[in-house]
Amino acid sequence: MMRILLASVAGLAVSAHAATAEVDQNAPVGGDMIVTYKDDVATLDPAIGYDWQNWSMIKSLFDGLMGYEPGTTILRNELAADYTISEDGLTHTFTLKDGITFHNGRAIVADDVKYSIDRVTNPTTRSPGAGFFGMIDGFDSWNAGEGDGLSGVTVIDEKTVQITLNRPDATFSHVMALNFASIVPKEAVEASGEDFGREPVGSGAFKLAEWSPGQRVVFERFDGYHREGVPKLDQVTFEIGLEPTVALLRLQQGQADVPGDGIPPAQFLQVMGDPAQAANVVEGGQLHTGYITLNTQMAPFDNVDVRKAVNMAINKDRIVKIINGRAVPANQPLPPTMPGYADDYEGYAYDPTAAMEMLAAAGFPDGFTTELFVMNVDPNPRIAQAIQQDLKEIGITAELRSLAQANVIAAGGEADQAPMIWSGGMAWIADFPDPSNFYGPILGCAGAVQGGWNWAWYCNADLDAKAAEADAMTGADKADARIEAWKEIYLAVMEDAPWVPIFNEQRFTLTSGRVAGDPSLFVDPVHIPVNYDYIYSKEAE
Amino acid sequence: MQAYLVRRLLESALILIGITLVTFILLYLVPADPARQIAGRSATAETVQNIRDQLGLNDPFFVQYWRYLTSLLQGDMGRSYLQRAEVSELIAARLPASLLLMVAAIVTELAFGLTIGIVAALRRNRPADHGLMIFSFVSISAPQFVIGILLLYVFAVKLNWFPIGGYGTFAHVVLPAVTLGFLGAGWYSRMMRSSMIDVLGQDFVRTAQAKGLGKARIILRHVIPNAILPIIAMIGIDIGLFMSGIVVVESVFGWPGIGQLAWQAIQRIDIPVIMGVTIVSATAIVLGNLLADFVAPLIDPRIKTK
Repeated sequence: MMRILLASVAGLAVSAHAATAEVDQNAPVGGDMIVTYKDDVATLDPAIGYDWQNWSMIKSLFDGLMGYEPGTTILRNELAADYTISEDGLTHTFTLKDGITFHNGRAIVADDVKYSIDRVTNPTTRSPGAGFFGMIDGFDSWNAGEGDGLSGVTVIDEKTVQITLNRPDATFSHVMALNFASIVPKEAVEASGEDFGREPVGSGAFKLAEWSPGQRVVFERFDGYHREGVPKLDQVTFEIGLEPTVALLRLQQGQADVPGDGIPPAQFLQVMGDPAQAANVVEGGQLHTGYITLNTQMAPFDNVDVRKAVNMAINKDRIVKIINGRAVPANQPLPPTMPGYADDYEGYAYDPTAAMEMLAAAGFPDGFTTELFVMNVDPNPRIAQAIQQDLKEIGITAELRSLAQANVIAAGGEADQAPMIWSGGMAWIADFPDPSNFYGPILGCAGAVQGGWNWAWYCNADLDAKAAEADAMTGADKADARIEAWKEIYLAVMEDAPWVPIFNEQRFTLTSGRVAGDPSLFVDPVHIPVNYDYIYSKEAE
Repeated sequence: MQAYLVRRLLESALILIGITLVTFILLYLVPADPARQIAGRSATAETVQNIRDQLGLNDPFFVQYWRYLTSLLQGDMGRSYLQRAEVSELIAARLPASLLLMVAAIVTELAFGLTIGIVAALRRNRPADHGLMIFSFVSISAPQFVIGILLLYVFAVKLNWFPIGGYGTFAHVVLPAVTLGFLGAGWYSRMMRSSMIDVLGQDFVRTAQAKGLGKARIILRHVIPNAILPIIAMIGIDIGLFMSGIVVVESVFGWPGIGQLAWQAIQRIDIPVIMGVTIVSATAIVLGNLLADFVAPLIDPRIKTK
């Protein structure tokens, strides 16, 4: 996904408590919370917003048909009272809950669902999320600007919507839980036009109360929310423009509750070394993998043995130390918290001697000279230097190309520009907790095109076919077999070694101690930094 | 004088147009595609193409530039690629904060700089002079980011005299203004010192002493007004210095000005916003210089306008 990370530790994460999250239904209601951010909020339009800061804010302002159990990756019905899938997996029927309204007081009807999905896929909306809806019937023609909406989305009656797909797709219910599938009121969107992102009207637990550009955004409880006793807080204030270091000072002075940009790397050890502060830190995994891409279409990385040798040459433990242990070493594309992760897979162990032998056998006894592209924001250049040293050990001289993020992305999108890229700062973070989300754009043939995100330019038609097969396995009875199929695909990818998986970042959420809730809410997989809807204030007790 | 004014205004307009052209060329040459930033990773090639078409990014350079320039001259700066809001509104929402900070910083640097310069000149080559000159040296050399964090830590966190960043009251403006004015204070104190020393050695000062005026009266009525002249003309030029400092200072103190806006726009290649902020800052700098040139002859008639 495109969650461009300005700080390196935020992202869609999966909690260690995934299966056991318990939301305290009796948590007190009331009170407030202050969240700090450095950057101003880009937009609160659910069709447009696609950075890690507004992703979670939009989740609190809007609802879709589907959502997740708080603190977990378990799908649940949100605005849908009922959701049925036909035998062939092609027809999905949603029935809306009774008595649900938008913040403006109007009842939500089936037409709103159709309008919202048509809007996000409308080419004039320029939504970064349009591509997720490609499995809906009629997407291609509507997204090319033909016709007057998605032919696959039909309103049956005031409460019922039917969506037909052009292929069975097991990820569809996750897509309907994305922010892009949020239900928006047509009249409000039309009244605001392009400014809807500043004047959002949804049906989420909170509504927008104030937005002072560069200063603060204030959310206020929506009394008409469709879930009883939610949200817990009366108000969430986002203080904007605070450097992470300054935000930490504020938190330590009791003037902030959650630093949205995380604990600044420079202060990480200090915070974790102070028992009082460390007690307020919740650690969790996240659906993130940092990796080096090896351009399989550029010599000498077109030789699979060279790629394997590089895989064995990198000391991942040392790299994890560089970032103060805020990650775990990786040996495969999927992160450990993602279904389909192969626990028993050992990967390519660190072994410079064996790597040198393999390189010699591949015809490079004296190594070679190449280039390693890296984004020029700390800690990435330091990580790249560690990689450079490891490569030197086996005779490979890698020159560093430290560039601005956009320039690295541009180089990766050309077939013959970047032999190696360290993905830090641009690494893949899943849009939704399903193994398929790590494949298509970054490892599949579809992404190995000019301007694509498959920077290894890896294209294995056989695996592409297997991926399509796996995603066609719909229905609960095939869920396990499908995950198994995906596991096989990623292990097969590792046989071809287009990447060197380096680490999976961990998430550390610091709070002031004024707010509380189940720990899983503070490392919620889909709400970053925290789940605003379910956290409560201790002062309200 | 009138012909001079017209000529200078025309020159300024040309400079501004030149700046838009240069910035536009630089942004055009950046090897990064704004359409891909908007489209995100999940977008298909067609989606990216469609976005490029809608934003007119496929047109030849001069078509794009001409379209931008003509709408700019009609007062339309376009809409932000990422925020979708009108660039003029985004800037208008933030300009007052930046101007306020700038005025406060000018007051600060003049108050500190002139006082230090006068004291140092009057105590020339004595310990007070040396001490003050070391201070001014430090203030010129110290990075603003460090000064800002240091002031925050001491005066906001430890002493609790000021809020920890933010915007709204008089207390909020003090620390950012001091941080921003710190650099200028160093420069002004050195200029004021040498200017004072210069004036103190001139004949009319000796004449004043000879006719028996008191020391305080000589300094206040004769020396300072004369020594200050060259410094006033510098303020206009200062604005350029502030424009670069403001990006750092605003980000340390969470000041909602255009520096903050520029920083975010650059990171995300939001071309209309980058262009808008550049034009506004360039205008401020050009106007500052213009003002300095016009004020100088009013203060000192010996400076001629050609």
